[in-house]
Amino acid sequence: MKYSFKIINNDSYTRTAAIAALALSLVCGFIVIGILFLAKGINPFYAVWKIFSGSFGSSYGIKETVTKSIPLIMTAAGLTVVFRGKFWNIGSEGQLLLGAAAATWVALKIGQSLPSPLVIFCMIIFAAIFGALWAIVPAFLRARLSINEVISTLMFNYIAAELVSFLVIGPWKGTTKYGYPYTDDIPASVMLGHLPDSRIHYFTLILAVILSIIIFYMLFRTKFGYEIRVTGENREAAKYAGINFLKTTLLMAAISGAMAGLAGFGEIAGIHLHLTSPEIISSGYGFTAIIVAWLGKLNPLLTIISGFFFAGILVGGDAIKLSLGLPAATVQVFNGTILVFLIIGDFFLKHRVTLIKIRQ
Amino acid sequence: MRDITKAFNGTFANKNINLHVSSGEVLGLLGENGAGKTTLMNILYGLYRPDSGSVLINGEDVRIRNPHESMNLGIGMIHQHFMLVDNHSVLENIALGFPDSPFFFPDRFIRKKINTFSEKYGLYIDPDKQIWELSAGEQQRVEILKALFLESDLLIMDEPTSVLTPQESIDLFSIIRRMKDEGHSVILISHKLDEIMANCSRVTVLRKGETVGDSAISDVDERSLSRMMVGRDIILTFEKKPLPRGKEVLNVENLHVISDRGLETVNNVSFTVHENEIFGIAGVSGNGQRELIETITGLRKARSGNVSLFGSSILNKSPRVINNRGVTHVPEERIRFGIVPNLLIYENAVLKHHHSHPFSSIMFLDYEAVKGHAKDIIEKFSVSAPSINVPMKSLSGGNIQKLIVGREINNKPPLLVASHPTYGLDVGATEYIRKQLLQRREEGGAVLIVSEDLEELVGLCDRVGVMFKGRFTGIVDPSTTRLEDIGLLMTGIEAGEDS
Ligand SMILES: Nc1ncnc2c1ncn2[C@@H]1O[C@H](COP(=O)(O)OP(=O)(O)OP(=O)(O)O)[C@@H](O)[C@H]1O
Ligand SMILES: [Mg+2]
Repeated sequence: MKYSFKIINNDSYTRTAAIAALALSLVCGFIVIGILFLAKGINPFYAVWKIFSGSFGSSYGIKETVTKSIPLIMTAAGLTVVFRGKFWNIGSEGQLLLGAAAATWVALKIGQSLPSPLVIFCMIIFAAIFGALWAIVPAFLRARLSINEVISTLMFNYIAAELVSFLVIGPWKGTTKYGYPYTDDIPASVMLGHLPDSRIHYFTLILAVILSIIIFYMLFRTKFGYEIRVTGENREAAKYAGINFLKTTLLMAAISGAMAGLAGFGEIAGIHLHLTSPEIISSGYGFTAIIVAWLGKLNPLLTIISGFFFAGILVGGDAIKLSLGLPAATVQVFNGTILVFLIIGDFFLKHRVTLIKIRQ
Repeated sequence: MRDITKAFNGTFANKNINLHVSSGEVLGLLGENGAGKTTLMNILYGLYRPDSGSVLINGEDVRIRNPHESMNLGIGMIHQHFMLVDNHSVLENIALGFPDSPFFFPDRFIRKKINTFSEKYGLYIDPDKQIWELSAGEQQRVEILKALFLESDLLIMDEPTSVLTPQESIDLFSIIRRMKDEGHSVILISHKLDEIMANCSRVTVLRKGETVGDSAISDVDERSLSRMMVGRDIILTFEKKPLPRGKEVLNVENLHVISDRGLETVNNVSFTVHENEIFGIAGVSGNGQRELIETITGLRKARSGNVSLFGSSILNKSPRVINNRGVTHVPEERIRFGIVPNLLIYENAVLKHHHSHPFSSIMFLDYEAVKGHAKDIIEKFSVSAPSINVPMKSLSGGNIQKLIVGREINNKPPLLVASHPTYGLDVGATEYIRKQLLQRREEGGAVLIVSEDLEELVGLCDRVGVMFKGRFTGIVDPSTTRLEDIGLLMTGIEAGEDS
């Protein structure tokens, strides 16, 4: 007797079922993570408790969580746009890095000579433009030559990372930084202010929230948002409706890239104050933002919440890394596991799967 | 099926429906658009579960939870919208739906089996062709082959003939007859009453989700059937006023178009469409009609020739530009081109008009106006929908078509291009849409329609161009030409006069 699975689409699920699926996939994700901890000889409940007490359990933890949620919220809001248009941009990490590099360059070039608001404005614009450019190129390759954007955006991450590494040990290496792979610090006048006793650069936080709200209205209230959603749902119908595929793809990629670039600006002007190795500038924000966008159901208002949640996991991950002596990649494993379960949960929500016997 | 009830979000699609089929019987299932036919059949096929009621097979109470279980019970289904995988060959598609293919060399096994069935039922098809290369009729044969492979005792066909040419329909019915003679049963859904009368032994009629009739075919006629369906008499007649031809609207000159397969599918076609005129294009599908229409509406580039609207060229302009100049289009494949199934009804109601006044300003869509427009179409074209806030895909096939036609005709376009305008519509809706087309003509609009329904073309059109292998074999006046002559032109024999 052979067995096989039968899979049928099931579109008529309720809101309760959707929430249950979400909760269940998070629980399953944590169970698997728990097993991993067990394998390392660590009590999983203790570890999970450590994670969340590390991130949400103290005022220091919460402040750090808010700090790390800024690039996540910013980047994920941009990703909701491209993902709704079914342009699978997984190159946010590279776009963020390029935005960071552009912001640094502007600050170092004109930071001393021009009034600081103007400099900050230019930093923002350049970060957005370079982030956008880094997304537009794969978008163009996709729309014109049908080159798979998953591959190209992924590859562009490596190019951006190598470029930044090269800049900070080569041409941009700071004169004041001796042996370190750092650029010079940006002038104090263009550093972003923090909330007291924290690293929360509130200017970027407010910008991220405002832009998320604007993107929400863009998606659901404007002509362009409508065209993105039509293109994503049915490309043939989009063509029939006179929607220009090239233009729409380029524009949505640009928005997503610009948002990632802005996140890069925030990291430079609010946290690091100089460009340095890519791993330090971004602790995988561009990748984590993919999960944030997904968990937020591609709704730029919900991604504010899911961004905060995942920032908590990042912070908690750092905490257990230190206190339990776990390797640095732990957080990535953590995030990856949760993403896998979210996708599985979504699949089971939208399909009905049954095990069947096959008549021989 | 006993006392089947199924509701979607509180509205009943099926309400205490009873239906039975004996072996070797062809049962006709009739009902207006949205009456619940497809829903009922999806329940039998295991795609939906009924809220209450039971299904009995050979007297045994069974619970069908998914299509696989129904296949094991010997039930096969050909859906209203085909479910084949485009970029695969016929053979692969059949193998995909067939769980018992051997692990090694499935190709050889399936190929042999295709050949036996092809011979037995006269179903000829090249197993190595890709699905996208096939006409609707050929795709349907693949679906039938899939069902035969599973040795279904009961085959459900949901509007199999809506997309077929008359000849393909005749072939289909001879296959059905052969299946019946071998003891298979068939449930046939159709809006064409003559097909039901000619091929079924019994009919069940649904209305608004309830059974309103169940009789032997000998006890009913087309009139009583349509009365059962809609509750009033409907006689499809064409009241066409004689009107002088107006100004020239569309002018197609020496058009040449290359198909996806790289062949010249439109070969030197020229014709004009005028105000106060309905121009029809007849022909067996796959003879270039689709490519011709796509070129006129901007979806495809021409190789040479010219298309002009009110004297200015629209050749190879974008679909948006052409639409802005006053051309609207009811596309041939409604699910693929005409709608976005996952977006809401009101969002679909402005598809392609969304960018223009009054629905949008420079940037924003005016959702109030959009919703008002959607309500307007739904009311005017009696689209049966629970509300405008549900996804488009929850509409029945015919109601999707009504919404598309309504959307394209509602703002009185100077030129309406419609492929199969009444495809999948019930008699009432067909009557209404035809009236609307004729009204456009009277108001001074130009209408270009493609149809395989010759009677429809002859009834509606002022002139009919007959297409064969990419060329016009004739442009005729239907009021003075016999149907047989048009039929001959469709097979490439240029008997009639040329224009
Ligand atoms: N998935 C769904 N969600 C919500 N409503 C649905 C769904 N499927 C069908 N309906 C509703 O159920 C009713 C019956 O639909 P059904 O598709 O069975 O009609 P039908 O008789 O096949 O019509 P047609 O001749 O147009 O194909 C319709 O009003 C439709 O809107
Ligand atoms: Mg139907």
